[in-house]
Amino acid sequence: MKARLTLTLNGDAVDLVCDGGDTLLEVLREGAGLTGTKHGCELGECGACTVLVDGEPALSCLLPALECDGASVTTVEGLGDRRLHPLQQAFAKWGGSQCGYCSPGMLMAAKALLDRTPHPTADEVRLALAGNICRCTGYQDIVDAVLDAAGSR
Amino acid sequence: MSGRGHNLPPTGVIGAERPRIDARVRATGQLHYADDLSLPRMLHCRLLRSPHPHARILSIDTRAADGLDGVELILTGEAFPVPYGILPISQDEHALARGKVRYVGEPVVAVIARDERTAQAGVDAVVVQWDVLPPVRDAIDGVGPLEHPLYGEPGTDSVHKAVSFDFGDVDGGFADADRVYDDCFDYAGNTHLALEQHASLAAVTEHGRLTLWSSTQVPHYVHKALAKVLELPEAELRVVAIPNGGGFGGKSDIFHHEMVVAKAAWMLGRPVKIALRREEVFQCHRGRHPVQLRLRTGVKEDGSITAMHLQTLVDGGGAGSYGVASTYYTGSLQTVTYEIPTYRFQGCRVFTNKAPCGPKRGHGTPQPRFGLEIQLDKIADDLGIDPAELRLRIVEHDGAITANWMRVVTIGLADCIKQVVKSSGWNDKHRKLPRGRGVGIACSSYLSGAGLPIQWNKMPHSAVQIRVDRSGLVTAYCGATEIGQGSDDVLASCVAEVLGLRSTDVRVVTGDTDLCPVDLGSYSSRVTLMMGNAAVDAAVHARNAIAEALAGVRGVPADQVRFFGGRVLLPDGDLSFAAAVKLAEVAAGPIGSVGWYTPPKPVARYKGGGVGPTPTYSYTAAVVEVDVDEDTGFIDVPKIWIAHDIGRALNATLARNQVIGSVYMGLGEALMEEQAMRRGRPSGHGAWVHRGPSMLDYKSPTHLDMPPVHVDLIERPDPEGPFGAKEVGQGPLLPIMPALANALYDAVGVRAHEVPITPDKVLKALARQRAGKDSTFGDRPFPDGVPWPESVRVPTPADGGDGRAAEAGDYAPGQGSKA
Repeated sequence: MKARLTLTLNGDAVDLVCDGGDTLLEVLREGAGLTGTKHGCELGECGACTVLVDGEPALSCLLPALECDGASVTTVEGLGDRRLHPLQQAFAKWGGSQCGYCSPGMLMAAKALLDRTPHPTADEVRLALAGNICRCTGYQDIVDAVLDAAGSR
Repeated sequence: MSGRGHNLPPTGVIGAERPRIDARVRATGQLHYADDLSLPRMLHCRLLRSPHPHARILSIDTRAADGLDGVELILTGEAFPVPYGILPISQDEHALARGKVRYVGEPVVAVIARDERTAQAGVDAVVVQWDVLPPVRDAIDGVGPLEHPLYGEPGTDSVHKAVSFDFGDVDGGFADADRVYDDCFDYAGNTHLALEQHASLAAVTEHGRLTLWSSTQVPHYVHKALAKVLELPEAELRVVAIPNGGGFGGKSDIFHHEMVVAKAAWMLGRPVKIALRREEVFQCHRGRHPVQLRLRTGVKEDGSITAMHLQTLVDGGGAGSYGVASTYYTGSLQTVTYEIPTYRFQGCRVFTNKAPCGPKRGHGTPQPRFGLEIQLDKIADDLGIDPAELRLRIVEHDGAITANWMRVVTIGLADCIKQVVKSSGWNDKHRKLPRGRGVGIACSSYLSGAGLPIQWNKMPHSAVQIRVDRSGLVTAYCGATEIGQGSDDVLASCVAEVLGLRSTDVRVVTGDTDLCPVDLGSYSSRVTLMMGNAAVDAAVHARNAIAEALAGVRGVPADQVRFFGGRVLLPDGDLSFAAAVKLAEVAAGPIGSVGWYTPPKPVARYKGGGVGPTPTYSYTAAVVEVDVDEDTGFIDVPKIWIAHDIGRALNATLARNQVIGSVYMGLGEALMEEQAMRRGRPSGHGAWVHRGPSMLDYKSPTHLDMPPVHVDLIERPDPEGPFGAKEVGQGPLLPIMPALANALYDAVGVRAHEVPITPDKVLKALARQRAGKDSTFGDRPFPDGVPWPESVRVPTPADGGDGRAAEAGDYAPGQGSKA
């Protein structure tokens, strides 16, 4: 069953057509061509698909797309407004991205944290990002990057 | 051939801390991985995988699937008569199973359709009739005659490879010992869990040639396998390694799905893509082998080692993969850290009905290292020697050739040990912390690239081509594969350093068999040393070509032309690099160059001595601190200190990232990660399915589990490495598991001889301890009945040997030196 879906996607109003069973992740990657959002498990276990839905971090692999009708969705493509977001600058500087596959989800979860808590402690960063698995960095450089972006380092 | 770049004037790139050249694109989500690719008219592939660990395929009925709207092609094993395998001696896999299946998840049928859902519906509609066979569950189950071995005739065993070596007079060495330690260890298998699931896209591209884009660490070997399986000339095939979303060894084999989509695209003339689901990645596996170990070591009262005897029983899973190499690797690097004058190694790999094991970060060496470093801790304890001091007493030295003929070039291990002792406050902590808290130390070593290629030949292991455009753009081409570790940055920075540019001034084109000269791939920690040396070689040639052309134009000696800061400096003034290139092109034509690297010939000349040699070994020492909750068995790790002998850090930021990432992965292996199998339904096959092929059930450390890591890089340039560099991506993983086990003992007096060291095991051990019983766990006896072959006797350097095995009767142990 095809259905229509309206989103405010990275600030732009878009109309998309999707299957009734599509997840938001599928619609973003295949319908909207935004491949920056990644998939690591399709079961809500790894955090790679994290996007912001109405400002809150959400696992797009678990969200039925039609439930997001009318919502504002921000993906990694909408993070920096033509320039790198401070989080992206800090990830580049600290080596917070090695293979980079977790980075889009990690960045969006970090943005949600900083929107809520502009100057987090290291433990607050770890807690906020605990649902985002990274297999390369050992996390230390990611925490340093988020603290740096927040001016807390 | 030795390392390049040592005598060049420094230009400020090498050694600095700096963001990698691709840091920005990685932080923006705009780096494309294999599943991010799509092409017009692209079809999708799904695979029917075996639900049984061991079964004969009686029939495959694809009629219902064929009739589905949108299904374009169905393939079975009939389409793939030609076998393949990463090792020339283990050509035992088919893209789709023929006749029987050997593990849960082995691909049997491929359905190619207009979208993934239709392809999956096709897979679901295929009916396979199976004759379920009893599985070989563990290595020891497969060593005797079997009615149904995985390979071979009924009545044969399931042993894949068994080897025995005596290096020197081992029995004499044990006779000389004051004490002999004899311990068994049990190392669980675990998997890479790269966050990106494997994906591949194949298409017939320009001029009717077939191209495969894949998340692979080894495009060169995939290229060769593809040619073999599709029966097409290599020159008509192109393999492009797309930047991997993590590899860790998990994408360094040749995979069924790569062969399948290539064949389908070739048959249909349309692009075909596959993206594996997480469960399928667990089934592809090629991860850490489960290994049972027995380690006997003879020592003098002063701690010096007189003899070592290591036995490994290696659970291989259902395919050969890298397994012959893995078997040798369980023994070969045991000798390169400490002085071990005589050494007996016996290794046996057995096929079992489980997902195939292969190379994971450390490939075959973390398991015996775990045993050795724990046993040293026991020896130190018994002899009343501090464990750090014991290691310092017996550490190998620069230029050593070990009993098994491994050549040590530089060894910074003593410096590593001293550094972690100092940084961790070891002397104030070991045996001095209150019960429940403890510290442990362990050391390790790893290759800076395998000394021999997987498919033996005499050609270079790595080659780099450089093109210098008149715009001033420098492009470096190399078959090396960026898997996240930063190989593109190493390539750019080696070239930039020589040409006096910034690393970001150099564009790199990598991992493409059409465009790039061969590099063997991202495995065995070979890229920095081998590609780095090739890159410096190529860059020096390009630099000399520019310098000679300018020298001719300006009438100055070529050796007075210098390259620095993006400019070319001449005695009579300086030019921008681009202006210099233009002048050079006028005088000498377009500037281009090639460079290459072939490792030194190993000194080991016995059969089997090809596994273990490397241009130079890296060394690591680590101290792990633990805080054990005796009510829950939970181990908290407050901090880890690690020092790594890297020779020279080409990019200090990347090097530290690699060390911390290795520590993280080692901590996961130590505490929680396990490719665990469980008994299936008795009504089915009765045995051996994955306990939880998902990221929730396969526990790996999160942000909350990861302690701070204090990293020290020990930099003493090694003559074999580019600018002195050694590897950093694998070695620092190895000491973490034994250091943690040793810390557990320091904290609560419990010896862990297995990983993962989970709270339930710790709790049981503490209960046994309270009951006054032996609290050691994981030390089940090494099984009898392993069919060891007759030992190959190899005289050691001290015996006056020449690296070859002795002819039968030519070498009598105990004769001493022949020299």
